[in-house]
Amino acid sequence: MPNVLSVENLSKKYGNTIAVEGISFEVERNEIVGLLGPNGAGKTTTINMVLSVLEPTSGSIRIEGIDVARQRSQALECTNFAAVYAPLPGNLTVYQNLYVFGLIYGVNHLSDRIESLLEQFELERFRNLKSGVLSSGEQTRLCLAKAMLNDPHLLLLDEPTASLDPATARDIRTKIREFATRGSCGVLWTSHNMYEVEDVCDRVLFLSHGKILLEGDPKTLPREHGKSTLEELFIAVAREPLALERV
Amino acid sequence: MNLSRTFAIVLRHFYLVRGSPARVLPLFAWVAIDMVLWGFITKYLNAVSAAGFDFVPVLLGAVLLWDFFTRVMHGVTMAFMEDVWSRNFLNLFATPLAISEYVGGLVVSSMGTSSIGLIVMFVLAGAIFGLSFVSYGAAVLPFLLVLFLFGVALGITGAAIVLRFGPATEWFIWPIPALVSPFAAVFYPVATLPTWMQYLATILPPSYVFENLRAIISGQAASVTALIWAIVLAIAYVLLACWVFGGVYRHSVRTGLVARYSAETVS
Repeated sequence: MPNVLSVENLSKKYGNTIAVEGISFEVERNEIVGLLGPNGAGKTTTINMVLSVLEPTSGSIRIEGIDVARQRSQALECTNFAAVYAPLPGNLTVYQNLYVFGLIYGVNHLSDRIESLLEQFELERFRNLKSGVLSSGEQTRLCLAKAMLNDPHLLLLDEPTASLDPATARDIRTKIREFATRGSCGVLWTSHNMYEVEDVCDRVLFLSHGKILLEGDPKTLPREHGKSTLEELFIAVAREPLALERV
Repeated sequence: MNLSRTFAIVLRHFYLVRGSPARVLPLFAWVAIDMVLWGFITKYLNAVSAAGFDFVPVLLGAVLLWDFFTRVMHGVTMAFMEDVWSRNFLNLFATPLAISEYVGGLVVSSMGTSSIGLIVMFVLAGAIFGLSFVSYGAAVLPFLLVLFLFGVALGITGAAIVLRFGPATEWFIWPIPALVSPFAAVFYPVATLPTWMQYLATILPPSYVFENLRAIISGQAASVTALIWAIVLAIAYVLLACWVFGGVYRHSVRTGLVARYSAETVS
């Protein structure tokens, strides 16, 4: 069986500016991979290329063995995402948003699926409210419900808990963890919260200036590089990327 | 092409229209005002002009058909602009939705909204001013088809312009029908135009509609050849517009515009 996500030698250049430079990595089934790095490191660019809203300059992306460049729709049928910068349209209600996106993803038994997600993400009382009037935390939960609609094999989460209070963030992390371990789903997760990353991710990739500098278990990686915490390691990557090499 | 995805785009627009009086009113209000205004103008012209000539089917009929064309074009563009205004591109285009399914959804949405305007115009023009489309005969069907197709073509082109150059360019899009109308000879024969404008009229499908409309009213038969040519021309424009939109979309994916689309990043 192929990996959920296989990225090979992926690059993106804007003129002379290199956003991502020849990165390769995989996400396996039931694995949560953290994509870490300072602002401008290339995390969102990478996610956008996986989602096929940004064309790579070179390299290949395969989701469930399907080449995204050649069979975009098939590859994205088993993918979904939630990002803090991509709220659902505020002029539709919570239910309408989920219904429209459920149709786009071709979800079977859509009404039942929506009911289950509304309950799971505690959105039942907002079902007929316009999404735009929800608080940022509620909107984040709605985005996550949308991201789970099609039971994706690959889930891309770009700072999914950025606007949540600590208690809700912990609940959400638990739900995503359960989601990843229950089926055959793999998750690519970006976050600037290193405690969250250590808690959730099985493996992390540190990006800096478009390159993967480090890769490993978030619980052991700091010690391997002489740092006591993941946050210290993050700061070192951000400030002195040349001093670190990919293991 | 997955029809369920196209239906999702149509349903999204239906939800928006259903839930908003501000979106419902323009579907029929402006065309109703046009019918009333031009209806009285034609009545006045009938009263002061030589006996025997009826301005209602020539002038009011032309206004009705032109308004239908405008509604079709604006219907496509409006459905697209809803995604611009709600910054929905990333959500939409990171799904399995194909660009043909998306554009198909915009066109079907426009078909629905423009039909409402057309029915309102038919009712008002018929009930108050006695305009009967029976007087145009079977030619009214190709008339509507040509104007619908050309409206779709301009609507898709308008959407491509906004996608390429940013939301601020929407103000170039809305007046496009007014820009085209002098060349399309809506209210006067093509022969009235200077030669260079006549050349432009020959490549505009609506000019064949309005030439034939006047021919029928003056007792001549509609030119089947001209109407077939107008349909072929309009289909060619639709295909060209789809090609342009596809090209602009691919450019936007290459440069990252789709991922970062907003007034700030594009304009």
